[in-house]
Amino acid sequence: MTPVIDIRDVWKTYDLGETKVHALRGVSLQIMPNEYVAIMGPSGSGKSTLMNMLGCLDTPTSGHYEFKGQNVADMSDNELARVRNKELGFVFQSFNLLARSTTLRNVELPLVYAGLDPEERRERAMKACEQVGLGNRWKHRPNELSGGQRQRVAIARALVNDPSLILADEPTGNLDSKTGQEIMALLEELHMKGNTIVLVTHEDDIAAHAHRKIRLFDGQVVEDSITDRGMQHKSR
Amino acid sequence: MKHTFRELLRFRYELYESLRIAVEQVLQHKTRAALTALGVMIGVLAVSLMGTAVAGIDKGFNDSLAMFGKDVFYVGRWPWGNVGDEWRTYRMRPQFRFDDAVRVNEIISQTPNSLLELAVSRDERHRRVRFGNNSVEGVQIVGTSHTYPQVSPAEMKEGRFFSEHEDVSGIRVVVLGHDIADVLFPGVSPIGKSVIIRNQPFEVVGVFARQGEFLGLFSLDEMVAVPQKASPSARWDRRDVQIMIKMREGANKNLAMQEIEGAIRRVRGLMPEFPNDFEINRTELIEAELGPVKKGVTMAGIFITGLSLFVGAIGIMNITFVAVRERTKEIGTRRAIGAPRRAILTQFLVEAVFICLIGGAVGLVFTFIIQEMFKNIMPAFPLVFSWDLLFIAVMASVITGILSGFAPAWTAARLDPAEALRHD
Repeated sequence: MTPVIDIRDVWKTYDLGETKVHALRGVSLQIMPNEYVAIMGPSGSGKSTLMNMLGCLDTPTSGHYEFKGQNVADMSDNELARVRNKELGFVFQSFNLLARSTTLRNVELPLVYAGLDPEERRERAMKACEQVGLGNRWKHRPNELSGGQRQRVAIARALVNDPSLILADEPTGNLDSKTGQEIMALLEELHMKGNTIVLVTHEDDIAAHAHRKIRLFDGQVVEDSITDRGMQHKSR
Repeated sequence: MKHTFRELLRFRYELYESLRIAVEQVLQHKTRAALTALGVMIGVLAVSLMGTAVAGIDKGFNDSLAMFGKDVFYVGRWPWGNVGDEWRTYRMRPQFRFDDAVRVNEIISQTPNSLLELAVSRDERHRRVRFGNNSVEGVQIVGTSHTYPQVSPAEMKEGRFFSEHEDVSGIRVVVLGHDIADVLFPGVSPIGKSVIIRNQPFEVVGVFARQGEFLGLFSLDEMVAVPQKASPSARWDRRDVQIMIKMREGANKNLAMQEIEGAIRRVRGLMPEFPNDFEINRTELIEAELGPVKKGVTMAGIFITGLSLFVGAIGIMNITFVAVRERTKEIGTRRAIGAPRRAILTQFLVEAVFICLIGGAVGLVFTFIIQEMFKNIMPAFPLVFSWDLLFIAVMASVITGILSGFAPAWTAARLDPAEALRHD
């Protein structure tokens, strides 16, 4: 089976003039379809850099990166945008919704850039809204929704293009713990339905929802283990 | 092929999305948008007013030239325009006489397939014209023949031009220019009344229709026409006249001029070895003389309007830069979910153009208002509204939007998506 993500010896170096900062020092990582991975690490560990890399927002300075068998490392900006549009779904800590737009328009947005016609966009956006339990809040604007509901809109937006990978960056960071649990349950459900999920977090109890845990420190992978939940899942 | 079509479709959706965002943004920042649009509005106002003025000047110019008569050549001793030091030469030339026009007409009738139609002589002098207690000093008195209306675009407001009989018999009748009639006969019809020119009574038989004047080159409004023989001066047949020669409609101007040259040389009895001792003047000569003036006005207009549009453009550029800054995170988000650079570029360009179009539309409305006001204040100034103006205003807005929005939109499109996402 082709891994969704296949990174080998990836380096990312930021040239700050006099000094060079190595954000990633030879990271190798494979993520197979329908995995649920948590990436952990303190700030400065290269966690954000890795996430940008996985999300095709950034390319490695050196090393090899294949996304579903496509070499991403040498792609042009437009090609990367297309990969993000077709293969990736982003969920952000602060939701990043368009404040003036309705739920439906927010969820539709990736499909606009995909060039789908309006009817198909609407249909798929509604389906995605249903999947995340937004019911009929299609016409609401973000300021008319609760934090949990906003994150559901964001998750629906991430789902709408049927991505190969959902990247969630601290998805519960701006939510109270109860709502956070609900969102984690939703991600769990999406995973059960066959989605591949990468979760970036610094909280252990959030990371515990994942089935595999990767810990970064100083730009290197220092731990790559199966979580308790992953064990349970496997033994089942 | 199929690929291109899909790209096109995709771009259409992006464009539509951009337009939606632009509308939302304008609604959200009403004051900001209004102030920015104001700059463009003033620019477009300047452009369209200038366009109107230039078109008006052009029209006035052409109208004035039309007063010389269509397809009419003016033969005389003097060339039109600046004669400079050569004036002595021209002065020495023999004068033209009333009879010369008669001779030219004879030649025309004898020439088979002549390109010419008619020659009419005219002389002019300036005299006081009086009626009762009203008088006008220095009125241009044109002595001519009854065929004058055939070579002149003059139309009658009331009455008629003088007849062949009056012309041949030298009866003292007069046709008044519109303004002269207005001054001498305020509120009453002058027909049948007698005005005094050089102590002699002239019966008014007609009044020219108002022609209006712009350049004041040749205004029928301020002249009067009398039969040449009735001319209020001694020895009417010794006056230096000009001969107006009209060519047949659609005839080749150069060939017609050649024919005139030949005819006049015959009239003058010039031997082949002698050069012309006359000038054939055409309205083109005036055009050549006034062309640089027109050009200067237009250039000044373009410069002024360009300047005001430029100021408006700076406003747009500034506000678009602000928008890009404010919405950096949104740009990051859009990029993350798959917007290509082109989509971001399009978005901000559309926003800039949209604001410009608002400014342009308001500017056009104000143009119309100002034009209407102007018409009341200065009716003589020929303002010309054309649909071109609408097109020019819209194009000016769009081009301003694209030019001024480009730098900020480009900055937005070049933003690193990962960095843009981190922006607060």
